[in-house]
Amino acid sequence: MAEQNGFEPLIIGFTCNWCSYRAADLAGTSRQKYPPNVRLVRLMCSGRLDPTFVLKAFEGGADAVMVTGCHPGECHYLEQNMKTLRRFSLMRRTLAQFGIEPERLKLVWASAAEGVRLAREIGNFVEEVRALGPLDWPSVIRTNGDGAHKAPPIIDVAPAEAGEEVPA
Amino acid sequence: MNPHKSNGAKKERIGVYVCHCGSNIAGIVDVEEVSRWAGEVLADWGVVVSRDYKFMCSSLGQELIEKDIQELDLTRVVVGACSPHLHEATFRTACANGGLNPYLCEMVSLREQVSWVHTDKEAATEKAKALLAGGVARVAFHEPLDAMSVPINEATLVVGGGIAGIQAALEIADSGFPVYLVEREPSIGGHMAQFDKTFPTLDCSACILTPKMVSVGSHPNITLLTWSEVEKVDGYVGNFTATVRKRARYINIEDCTGCGICEEKCPKKVIDDVFEAGLGYRKAVYRPFPQAVPKYPVIDTENCTYFQKGKCKACEILCPTGAINFEQEDELVELKVGNIILATGYDLFDARRITQYGYGRLANVFTSLEFERLSNAAGPTDGEIVMRDGKSVPQAVGIIHCVGSRDKNYNNYCSVICCMQSLKFAHLVEERTGAEVYNFYIDMRTAFKDYDEFYQRVLHEGVHFIRGRVAEVTDAARLPGEEGKLIIQVEDTFMGEQRRIPVDMVILSAGLEPRSDSTEVAHKFGISCSHNGWFIEKHPKLDPVATMTEGIFIAGCAQGPKDIPASVAQGAAAAARVLGRIQQKELALEPVRASVIAEKCSGCRICNDLCPFNAIGFDEEQQISEINPALCQGCGTCVAACPSGAITGTQFSDRQVKAQLEGLLAFATMSSEPVAA
Repeated sequence: MAEQNGFEPLIIGFTCNWCSYRAADLAGTSRQKYPPNVRLVRLMCSGRLDPTFVLKAFEGGADAVMVTGCHPGECHYLEQNMKTLRRFSLMRRTLAQFGIEPERLKLVWASAAEGVRLAREIGNFVEEVRALGPLDWPSVIRTNGDGAHKAPPIIDVAPAEAGEEVPA
Repeated sequence: MNPHKSNGAKKERIGVYVCHCGSNIAGIVDVEEVSRWAGEVLADWGVVVSRDYKFMCSSLGQELIEKDIQELDLTRVVVGACSPHLHEATFRTACANGGLNPYLCEMVSLREQVSWVHTDKEAATEKAKALLAGGVARVAFHEPLDAMSVPINEATLVVGGGIAGIQAALEIADSGFPVYLVEREPSIGGHMAQFDKTFPTLDCSACILTPKMVSVGSHPNITLLTWSEVEKVDGYVGNFTATVRKRARYINIEDCTGCGICEEKCPKKVIDDVFEAGLGYRKAVYRPFPQAVPKYPVIDTENCTYFQKGKCKACEILCPTGAINFEQEDELVELKVGNIILATGYDLFDARRITQYGYGRLANVFTSLEFERLSNAAGPTDGEIVMRDGKSVPQAVGIIHCVGSRDKNYNNYCSVICCMQSLKFAHLVEERTGAEVYNFYIDMRTAFKDYDEFYQRVLHEGVHFIRGRVAEVTDAARLPGEEGKLIIQVEDTFMGEQRRIPVDMVILSAGLEPRSDSTEVAHKFGISCSHNGWFIEKHPKLDPVATMTEGIFIAGCAQGPKDIPASVAQGAAAAARVLGRIQQKELALEPVRASVIAEKCSGCRICNDLCPFNAIGFDEEQQISEINPALCQGCGTCVAACPSGAITGTQFSDRQVKAQLEGLLAFATMSSEPVAA
C-alpha cells in the first residue's frame, strides 16, 4: 500500500450479513474503489457485536473499528440494530475511559443497496484515523503491567460528550 | 500468535483453496503467492495443503476439494474466492460430497472485498493473506452442524381479500390444501371491486372479478373470515398460530339468506367513505356492494339507531328468517397454519395534502378513486360522469398525473398505475361526455403488454397531452373565459411557457401508498418495511414474493405499487412458493441458532426482552432462560448481551469471531515495519 505519509491505519470492520456485507459485495461488483486498510468480519447482525470483539480488535493491533448495520427501521431482525446503536454509545464511553479516542470507533448504516456509500465511508474513516495517528494498544497493554501509573497517558482522556453525535 | 494454541483447540487438518476467478482475482492479487504463503506460514495453524486454481467453483475445482478431503484427511476447508453469498452453497456441497460436514467450510471473499475494490497489487495481496489467515483461524472452531428440519402444517393463512389474496387463496385451495382467507372489510374484492373498467382492454372489472369472488366464497377448501383482523401471530415457519378477531356482524350467518331486506328497510343512511369513496350512501346495516362475498351484511354500530339510541330494531322485526342478533360479540379464533401470505394492498394518497390542487376545497376536483365510482355503472350516478352537483356534464376535464408520486415532497417513487389509469379515465370521459380532455403528465409510462397501444389509441381519440407538473388548480379567474371554471396553471415544457387551462372538472390521479398501518402489520408478522413503508421482499429480483422471515410471503400492492396483472401474478407466485413448501412436508432451516448453556445461565433474564421473535422463554422451575431453536432467527443479539456468556451462537460463536480477529491481525505487520511499534 502506498505509504506517502508513513502511517497506514489498520481497521477492522464488522458487517451485518444482510445489509452492509452485501453493500461490500455490491461495492465489489460495481468496482467501487476504497483503501485496502479495512478488513471486514461478517456477523449475522450488528446486534451480534459483542463489545469484547471491539476490544479484541484494538488489543490485536487495530487502529480503529468500524461497526456497520442496517439503517434504523430496516433491520433484518426487526430492531436489533437499535440495540447496536445503544451499545455503540456505551462502547465509545468505555473506550474513552480506557484512554482510546472514541473517534476510533465508528458506526455506519449501509443498506444492501449502498455499496457506493459504504466505500465512501470506509475511505473517509481511513483518512480520519490517519489523522488520529497510530493507536498501538498492544504496547500500551505491555507497558501498563507494572508501570501503569508512571507512564504518562498516551492520549488525552476526554469523556464522551453527552448527546454525542450519532452517525445517521 | 497462534489462535488455536491459545484457545486450546485440537489440531485440525485444514485445506486452503485460492481461486483465480479467471483474472478477476488473479489480476490484482498474486494468488500463487497467497497460496504458497498460506501453505508455509499457516502450516502452524493446521494448514496441510494450499492450492490455487483458475476457477474453484467449476466442477474440476470442486473435485479438487473433494479429492483432498478424502486423500489428505482434511477436517476443515477454507476457500478464498468470491462472496459467500454467491458460492457458499457450492463449496458446502463440495465438502459434503467429499464426506465432510458442510458447515466445516469457510469462505473468504477475495474478489468482492479485495481484487474488485483495490488497485494496489501489493497491498491487495497482503490483505488477501490477512483475510485468509482470518478464515483459517476461524474455521478451526467451526462445528459440524445439521440443517434443522421442521414439519409443515398444510393450511395457509392469506391476509387480504383483494385480487392478489383471492388469486393466492384459489391457487392453493384448487391444489387441495386448506386456506383461511382473512379480510378486514365485510366483503372480499378489494380495490378492484370498486373499479368500472380495467386497462388496457377495458373489460369490466366486476365481470372478471365476481366469478373469482364467488369461487372463493363457495370453495370447499377456503374458510373465509371477513370483517376480521389478525391480532397476533405466534410460532414459526410450518407451525404458525394466528389469532384472528372475528368482529361481530350482529347477523347469525346460519340463518341469513342474504335477501337484503334489512338493508332496504334500515332507516339510517350513512355516507359510504370506503367503498363509494364518499360519493354515495349506504345503510347502517349493509353490504358494501350487491355482489359482496359473503352475502351477509354487517351492522355498523356507530351509526345504527338501535346501538346509539336503544330503539329501532327495524331490521330485526322485518328479517324473514330472524337472523339479526344484537347480542352477538366479537370472537377470537385461533388458526394453525404452516405458511402465511400477506396481500394487504394499498391506501390511496390523500390528495388533500397537496393543498394547491384544491381537493376537498374545490368541489369539482375529484380523486381517481372517486372517478372510478363515478364512472362505474353500479356506482352512485349509475355511471354518469357528472360534476359534484350530480347533474351537470363537464365540457372540459383535466387529469393530473403523478399526484403525490415522483415528488420529493411526498413520495419519490412512481406509483406505476397512474399513467394507464389516467389514460383510461381520458378515454371514458371522452367516450361518455365528448368533453375536451387534458392530461397533465411528467413522463408517460406505458410499459407492459398492450399498454402503449392503448396510449396510441387515446392519442388518436383527440385527448390533449400537456407535459409539465401542474402548479395549481384554482377557481380565481383572471382572463376572459375563466369565470366559473377551474383553471389549471401549468408549465408546458414542450412549448416552454406557462399555460392556464380552464376546465370544469379535475381528476387527480393520486398515487398509491402503503397501508397506514403497514409498519404495525409488518411487526405483527415479523417482516420488514422499506423506508417508504412497503413490505420488503427477500430479493428484489430473484425472490420477489418471499420475505426474510421464513414462511411469510407477500403479494400484490403491499409489496409495492403494481397493476392488476402484476398483483395476480404475485398472488399466484406466492401460492406456488407455499405449495412447494407444503409438498416438501418438512423444511430444512439454516442451523444458525443461539442456545443457552444451562449451567452458566444465572436467570437474570436480560436476554428475554431482547428477542423480537419471542424465541427466548424462561423456565420458572429451573430459573433459567431457554431458546426455542425453531423461533430463533440467529441474529445473535442475545449472545452478545448475556453477561454470563451463557448463550452461544452456532456459526458465529465468540471463539470463532475472536479467532478470526486474531487471524486478521496476526500478520498485519508482516511485510513492513510494525504499524505502531
